[in-house]
Amino acid sequence: MRINKLTISMSPHNHGNQSVKKIMYGVIIAMLPALAVSIYYFGLDVIKINLIAIASCICIEWLVQKFLLKGKTTITDGSAVITGMLLAFNLPSNLPWWIIVIGAVVAIGIGKMTFGGLGNNPFNPALVGRVFLLISFPVQMTSWPVAKVIDFTFTDATTGATPLAIIKEGLKNGKGISELMEGLPEYTDMFMGHMGGSLGEISAIALIIGGIFMLFRKIISWHIPVAILCSVAIFTGILHGINPEQYASPVFHLLSGGLILGAIFMATDMVTSPMTGKGMLIYGVGIGVITVLIRTYGSYPEGVSFAILMMNAVVPLINNWTKPKRFGEIIKN
Amino acid sequence: MLKTFSKGGVHPKENKISTGCKITQIEVPKQACIFVSQHIGAPAEPIVTKGDFVKVGQIIAKAKGFVSANIHSSVSGTVVKIDKAIDVNGYKQTAIFIDTDGDQWLDTIDKSDEIKFDFQNKEIEEIKAKITESGLVGSGGATFPTHVKISIPEGKVCEHLIINAVECEPYLTADHQLMLEHPEEIMIGCKLVQKITRAKKVLIGIENNKQDAVKLLSEVAKKYPDIEVFALKVKYPQGAEKQLIKSLVNREVPSGKLPIEVGCVVQNVGTIFSIYEAVMKNKPFFERVVTVTGKSLTKQSNILARIGTPINLLIEAAGGIPENTGKIIGGGPMMGKALVNEFVPVTKGTSGILLMPKNQSTRPQSCNCIRCGKCMQACPMGLEPYLLKNLSVLGMFEEMQTEHVLDCVECGCCSFTCPAGIPLLDHIRLGKATVNKMLRDKK
Repeated sequence: MRINKLTISMSPHNHGNQSVKKIMYGVIIAMLPALAVSIYYFGLDVIKINLIAIASCICIEWLVQKFLLKGKTTITDGSAVITGMLLAFNLPSNLPWWIIVIGAVVAIGIGKMTFGGLGNNPFNPALVGRVFLLISFPVQMTSWPVAKVIDFTFTDATTGATPLAIIKEGLKNGKGISELMEGLPEYTDMFMGHMGGSLGEISAIALIIGGIFMLFRKIISWHIPVAILCSVAIFTGILHGINPEQYASPVFHLLSGGLILGAIFMATDMVTSPMTGKGMLIYGVGIGVITVLIRTYGSYPEGVSFAILMMNAVVPLINNWTKPKRFGEIIKN
Repeated sequence: MLKTFSKGGVHPKENKISTGCKITQIEVPKQACIFVSQHIGAPAEPIVTKGDFVKVGQIIAKAKGFVSANIHSSVSGTVVKIDKAIDVNGYKQTAIFIDTDGDQWLDTIDKSDEIKFDFQNKEIEEIKAKITESGLVGSGGATFPTHVKISIPEGKVCEHLIINAVECEPYLTADHQLMLEHPEEIMIGCKLVQKITRAKKVLIGIENNKQDAVKLLSEVAKKYPDIEVFALKVKYPQGAEKQLIKSLVNREVPSGKLPIEVGCVVQNVGTIFSIYEAVMKNKPFFERVVTVTGKSLTKQSNILARIGTPINLLIEAAGGIPENTGKIIGGGPMMGKALVNEFVPVTKGTSGILLMPKNQSTRPQSCNCIRCGKCMQACPMGLEPYLLKNLSVLGMFEEMQTEHVLDCVECGCCSFTCPAGIPLLDHIRLGKATVNKMLRDKK
């Protein structure tokens, strides 16, 4: 039989089973445990906020691609969904819908599409949106509903501060850590997620489950989360050792705020993190140190978002500095 | 722990579906089309003209210069023309066309199946001359003339003779089958090459997915001092020369240098078998084992094919071209070449013919690079494929050179692993070619 049409192409003629879509949907699956815990503690508001954030992120990406760039639209690749979810994870559950939409516009419109869309953005889009909102709407962004077990109603929950904010405020008013800790949830509660905070950041256990899933699927490597968590633990451990009344314990720092969410889901964003293991470690340690500096000496109680954005900015330098060792490299004397 | 190389590498689906298929012979083709350039280096010069009658094994084109190889007739018959034909790469090359008439071999060739063990009596010069004469080239696919490879430059010492029996390409089983059917011959071949290179040790590296071959060769090797067989962890591209040296003796060949720099000479196991045939049986390199495979092919085969046989005859013997064929690959899926049609003849470097169904013939759609760094983790040479690709797109070839683009072995791990489906290797090849041209122009 004569074959009429043969495909001619250069090798390799087979392809591994990975695709961008698979990676993106893997991340989304990994975020589901944290989402579930969030719904458990904050109620159906969580779903509402997630839907608003995801829908507006997708819409804005589509609008920009369709009418500004006039190119093909890639909203199905899942990256806008992740940005939307991550943005929602970083918001308090009682935020008005229009603020979320503004956040999405900034995240996708400015944080991502301005630079050329997926893969070209130097900063994590969700964090760009989140920090923009934090600076523009400081009151709404920091009034956190108190976590309580689900009652399946849309309620105007009572609001309270996060553990980090309580510590910061207390220290400013001259109280000691041991006194302040009494008013805070137990570590086990914090580990499970029973505390005030943004939607997705409260439950360490759920986030870690997601992280292990991503490690297993090879979506992330261990370097960045481990570097961040270890550097925070060591740095706060030293400070705590110097003056336990002035500085909270490492365990408190690890479990509070958005540290674990940031370490596992946001700092590990492939696009905005270094490529080599060595580079990832440097990047992770940088994030850890800056986070602790902001938390203990800065005016904000929480610093993970700022730390990640700052380290995002130096990723190209890190990449340039930590080139892989070439095979058979000749060392010049 | 099985030995392997440390940096990079991928593990594509092995798909060795023709494993265990006996090496079969097929009918001699009616017309053979033998290229004068089937090796790296200068094309050989035809020494026959139209109308000449040639026998099987007769030299028909002579090596031109040191880095070149003789070409022998694989059939007996009349030379009908010397003309251009399309080769494996899709280029037109000079070829000698011979119309077959019977199957008359040169009298000097020992056609018997008897194994000749008297390798100890052979003088070094005699072995060398035989290898040069017989037009041997590396049969793994790179087709570097063997006599060049075994010439140890002055001042260098060869410690290890490494036999590449890795066959890390998916689908291919030609070397595997050869080892199963001719272990003694391979050992004798090793001894012959050891003699010329004065290597202290002969190390045979086989990937662990061929345990029967590891077992058999280990058993046979007991009779021969200094020959050792190693099972290696299955990882692509272990069969790349530098990676294999790293796996077996843990030495890194310096960038831009040859294996002899670290005291190693590497030979493909197929070449070793041909060396045995050339030296002990007087048989020049005019036939080789070719794996004919593909998931929709009815009869998976390992065929001993005459060089110059159009591959459609091989595919016929393997059950004919399946209807859904979308791509015919000369070689394996990772480094093989897509053929322009099914009439391309077998050459010295054809290790396999792989038929891909239509739905696997096209590449995945590519999207933006998401900077995941998987290409860097996969690169066995420690390069940054994403960066090289960007530089290539921007036309920054000088920068590509400083980024060691010339170290690239074109194994394809980067393109294989890229989740965004970017054809990284295409861009890198373009860069490599341009940098090479720049260097030539500078001279």
